[in-house]
Amino acid sequence: MYAQMVKTTGTGVKSRDEMTDQERAFQDKIDADIKIEPKDWMPDDYRATLIRQIGQHAHSEIVGQLPEGNWITRAPTLERKAILLAKVQDEAGHGLYLYCAAETLGISRDEITEMLLDGRMKYSSIFNYPTLNWADIGAIGWLVDGAAIMNQVPLQRTSYGPYSRAMIRICKEESFHQRQGYDAIRKMAEGTPEQRRMAQDALNRFWFPSLMMFGPSDKESVHSAQSMAWKIKINTNDELRQKFVDQTVPQAEYLGLTIPDPDLKWNEERGHYDFSEPDWSEFFDVIKGNGPCNTDRLAARNKAWDDGKWVRDGMLAHARKKRARNLAAE
Amino acid sequence: MKNEWPLWEIFIRGQHGMSHRHVGSLHAPDAEMAIKNARDVYTRRNEGVSIWVVEANNIAASSPSDKGPMYEPSESKVYRHPTFFDIPDEVGAM
Repeated sequence: MYAQMVKTTGTGVKSRDEMTDQERAFQDKIDADIKIEPKDWMPDDYRATLIRQIGQHAHSEIVGQLPEGNWITRAPTLERKAILLAKVQDEAGHGLYLYCAAETLGISRDEITEMLLDGRMKYSSIFNYPTLNWADIGAIGWLVDGAAIMNQVPLQRTSYGPYSRAMIRICKEESFHQRQGYDAIRKMAEGTPEQRRMAQDALNRFWFPSLMMFGPSDKESVHSAQSMAWKIKINTNDELRQKFVDQTVPQAEYLGLTIPDPDLKWNEERGHYDFSEPDWSEFFDVIKGNGPCNTDRLAARNKAWDDGKWVRDGMLAHARKKRARNLAAE
Repeated sequence: MKNEWPLWEIFIRGQHGMSHRHVGSLHAPDAEMAIKNARDVYTRRNEGVSIWVVEANNIAASSPSDKGPMYEPSESKVYRHPTFFDIPDEVGAM
């Protein structure tokens, strides 16, 4: 999940009796699957929570370009390079769709960007891990985009219209991301012993961080209930994590790779795989800013923003001058 | 003054003779750049053959609170729909 631990500011889910008439009418619309649109009335907490969630999601798309961008110049073939470029460009597009959805809630693009740059807003913990070998690019497409899809497909039905429409566009493009990743890591898994070792190493390092993408266990997730009542979260973290494990294990088996979890096994009775929890203390540590790449990632985003300032200002100055000249000519 | 690029609403016409359809928005310094950016953001997979861009603050929109007075009157005019009229079978398709 690209949005982890999104805090709601409210006091918990209100019962119908506690709601004002306006809040009740709002909840009725959501319960009837009527989309909420930008100019409709909405509770302040709904707006604030959505800005946080969509913002975190958008920032993840943008920061997520960095670990993959790391390998564009070193892709093993021209075709892989073109594919990776197209994928990274898609991530920029996904970020833009989502920023636009957030802007319909009344926050400006510059504000939301600055909140990422100065650390007030978060992005997914997964992008604070480094990409050390080419097989990592395969693992990211396969596992990270795979986990993202798990979360994004149900979000197409989310209650906020612009968010739902952005998710529909994103989901259309996301399947390419996962498949190119699986294809890349499969090439390695079926390659020389050295390539195989790299593929296994990538899986070893990305397995648990991918499970963390869904956020902490439902038992710890205090903000879920309100978000689910508002349909800005459709499934619980544990449901999605289980679904991801069930889907991914056979895919790893096909590759002949071993999931780095000795306790992973099929549970006939539950009809699901049992698996080990990730190390949640590591997760909270990464979220706090102490992951292997947190400093690099934010520094790269800040540098891009600062270095681009003269271009943004120059283009706007040119546009204003041109408009003034056109007006004078009329 | 904040130097934020203005917001543009993007409309794309697909391949099959459909009308332009709103697909989303983006920021750009002027119309020319908005079209260039729209091409990169919204047509990476052959989604369209024509792009319109309109600066968002030039769009006027109806208000959600007017929904009743605006659209309810049409609900009572069922005779606007062809199925309101019974045409005898003998007449054939009409």
